[in-house]
Amino acid sequence: MAFKGQIVIDTEHCKGCGVCIEACPMQCIEISKNVNSKGYNYTHTVNDKCIGCASCAMVCPDGVISVYKVKC
Amino acid sequence: MANLDIVKPENLVYTKTKVLTDNVMHYCPGCGHGTAHRIIAEVIDEMGIQDKTIGVSPVGCSVLAYNYFDVDFQEAAHGRAPAVATAIKRLNPDCFVFTYQGDGDLAAIGTAETLHAANRGENITMVFINNGIYGMTGGQMAPTTLVGMKSATTPYGRRVDLNGYPLRITELLATLPGTYYVTRQSVHTPGNVRKAKAAIRKAFENQKLNKGLSFVEICSSCNSGWKMTPVQANKWMEENMFPNYPLGDIKVDGKLCENITAERLVLDHPLTVVNK
Repeated sequence: MAFKGQIVIDTEHCKGCGVCIEACPMQCIEISKNVNSKGYNYTHTVNDKCIGCASCAMVCPDGVISVYKVKC
Repeated sequence: MANLDIVKPENLVYTKTKVLTDNVMHYCPGCGHGTAHRIIAEVIDEMGIQDKTIGVSPVGCSVLAYNYFDVDFQEAAHGRAPAVATAIKRLNPDCFVFTYQGDGDLAAIGTAETLHAANRGENITMVFINNGIYGMTGGQMAPTTLVGMKSATTPYGRRVDLNGYPLRITELLATLPGTYYVTRQSVHTPGNVRKAKAAIRKAFENQKLNKGLSFVEICSSCNSGWKMTPVQANKWMEENMFPNYPLGDIKVDGKLCENITAERLVLDHPLTVVNK
């Protein structure tokens, strides 16, 4: 059984620490070149390999990641 | 890249708990405090004790913790959180009382309060964030600073002959009969976060048993104090902090764990950090 996931990052509150990038087993997340209103380079998803494991959300210090997951 | 077929309320598996407020945390990017706050809030949410929980915040980086938890909070004088929590718990025995302290607050100025609260067997939960440094004031040496570790006040590394040994207060408290549950966890990887959350859940549930103090140490990185990126700081913590501060349960249900030998409790020759 495979799962397909999608994360939604609250980019306005992301501080761009990059801890989620290390935690992601599918290398879905990268630091954006754009910045939010506080000047942080926020993280964003770069591909659709996400499996909805929520590892990124588990380690996010600011709790900005919401995880959605479906069976497929 | 957003797949709108998946982003629906019924598919939501994880989001920030409502026990945390919407205030943006003032912590540095990548700081373990945020993760520790979130798992405590999740435990409060899962146990359904939001209206019965009273937290005590310390002095240090987490002095503003009351801005982030949507539960009752009391600010304590520097190091006195266990004393304040003792009074709150004795006056409100049905409430769940926890303190949230850093290493400068709990292990330096608050050593007396910590030791005596544990020795009295107060029925509270203490969460201790150990990052080996005084983060808020600019990275000075703390009692938990490792031997050889550079800080603002030990620029050539901590020396045993001058600065003494790192204080392993978690092992110290485990030897007291008043503690019921003593453990050391960390929040730098997803697996460790889940383990730390389970430990905090157990520490809160122990308050129903009324058998003594539950103490959860969380090893955390202080990337700005250690002058590293968050990811580097987490790796450095794994390589250098964990040999001195081994993770795992030390005392469960009032008894020392079977793998806790006398050598493990008394690390008489602390390992030296040289690569920082």
